[in-house]
Amino acid sequence: MSIRIPLAALLGLFFTGLFFLVAVFAPLLAPYGYDEVVSSGFWDPSSSEYWLGTDGIGRDLLSRIIYGLRTTIWIATLATLLSFTTGSVLGFLAAVMGGWVDQALSRFVDLIMSIPSLIFALVILSITPITITVLILVMGFLDSTRVYRLARAVAVDITVMDYVEAAKLRGEKYIWIIFREILPNALSPLVAEMGLRFIFMVLFISTLSFLGLGIQPPQADLGGIVRENAEGLTYGIGAALYPAITIALLAISVNLVADWVLARTTSLKGGRG
Amino acid sequence: MGPIAKLLAQRISLGLLLLLLVSIVIFVGTSILPGDVAQQILGQSATPEALANLREELGVNDPPVTRYLNWLGGLLTGDLGTALTSGQSINEAIGRRLSNTLFLAVCAAVIAVPLAIFLGLLAVRYQERWPDKAISASTLTTISMPEFVIGYIMMFIFGVQLRWFSPTAVGYRPEADFFTRLESIALPVIVLTLVVLAHMMRMTRAAILNVMQSAYIETAELKGMSTFSVIRKHAFPNAVAPIVNVVMLNLAYLVVGVVVVEVVFVYPGMGQYLVDHVTKRDLPVVQACGIIFAAIYIGLNLVADVVSIVTNPRLRHPK
Repeated sequence: MSIRIPLAALLGLFFTGLFFLVAVFAPLLAPYGYDEVVSSGFWDPSSSEYWLGTDGIGRDLLSRIIYGLRTTIWIATLATLLSFTTGSVLGFLAAVMGGWVDQALSRFVDLIMSIPSLIFALVILSITPITITVLILVMGFLDSTRVYRLARAVAVDITVMDYVEAAKLRGEKYIWIIFREILPNALSPLVAEMGLRFIFMVLFISTLSFLGLGIQPPQADLGGIVRENAEGLTYGIGAALYPAITIALLAISVNLVADWVLARTTSLKGGRG
Repeated sequence: MGPIAKLLAQRISLGLLLLLLVSIVIFVGTSILPGDVAQQILGQSATPEALANLREELGVNDPPVTRYLNWLGGLLTGDLGTALTSGQSINEAIGRRLSNTLFLAVCAAVIAVPLAIFLGLLAVRYQERWPDKAISASTLTTISMPEFVIGYIMMFIFGVQLRWFSPTAVGYRPEADFFTRLESIALPVIVLTLVVLAHMMRMTRAAILNVMQSAYIETAELKGMSTFSVIRKHAFPNAVAPIVNVVMLNLAYLVVGVVVVEVVFVYPGMGQYLVDHVTKRDLPVVQACGIIFAAIYIGLNLVADVVSIVTNPRLRHPK
């Protein structure tokens, strides 16, 4: 069976692939180092030497964006994985065990979700040291609540199936039921959701860095590079727009892929539709 | 007691309980996490005496429950404490900034809400045709951009290149007359509108489609009612609740968007105040701002629920 991929999804796939390749091979692709001061001027215009010009302290902007992309994608990926593992395991567990475990977990998630994620993250980051590990943990934890809700909703439908009942009667352990009975059947809606969570993570880390509470200089992710160059905007220097547009392009291309996957999986059995 | 009153009482008490729990989460979250506030404020080079003094002053040595109760008591009596970094009363600073933030948010809401409902209706009217498609494409674009990206792009184009509006809100003075104030926040308002517009349109569209596709609308059409009376008698009463819900959820979202937009445009509001003091690790300010943002967020969600209870025809006319 051949799959016809719509144009939008193809474009999305192409750019998503491109962004990930650039992220992986950043050290090979970047013409200069990420914190290498290459010019004595600041905000040089783009030239054959510096394709996108230089930033406020004379570093090559293109190199910085390439490394920034790498950092953004790297952190967003790890945080998405963390959020997915925690969220789906707990969601499945709540669905399979039911009773007070389900109640306790679900009410806790309700509570966490009643505070906007960004505000919650700011409150936590006001007290913890701001390191990459802490950022990934905070983002993964806050986002796992959404994955939890989805995973639980999907799993609740599956746990009433005869084969799960049969497995329970056979005396299988919860772990077995979760990984052998529920996970394979819940995978497609979860994978479709993964793209959306990844976008959310990209936006989240970019926003935190933009606010100065994410990746700390001289390291930078895309949001941080926007912050560094924002001052130039008021003088008519558009350097900050390049990283800003990169964030938007990354998010839009992943979104196009996610939309396509979502449309395909919801039409399958076991989807959310 | 009617079913509506009972449901309302339940929902409102649930909201208050939630707020109490959130205050515990915010307080406990900032108390049990690793990290010594005193050390964070004074830096690594602080002497042990200075650290001990500051801890004493912060009341870190008191048992956590006492500290929480003191803090909560202060909150309830309207005393938010003093900022560590400036030694000034938080009440005063927040009072000024909160009204600035609300002014910004209300201006954005006044534009965004009618526009979103209108465009949502348009999308339903021209379903699957080009206006609908254009609307979903723009939705995809705006939800893929963080607020600050939209902010800087607008600032660069309309503030710096075209010079239609002032690029930042630095010149904002709360005591200036209404139109001067509006002018200085034109760009932030436009950005905030764009941020919530897409979501609100999409959700309005879904809510109206949901109502229009239900069986009772079809019945009304089939028995020969005019389109206008179908909408007035059947569609509208059922669409109010979902639309108000959409509006409230998006206003709640606006509250978060405000934080970033204020930083982008250097607007003296709550968001900027919060972010500044997270950087300075000024815990009392962060806690106070956190609980206020959470309270507004929970409050708007509560209003959404209350409106859907009150406008629900099934609840208003119990059998």
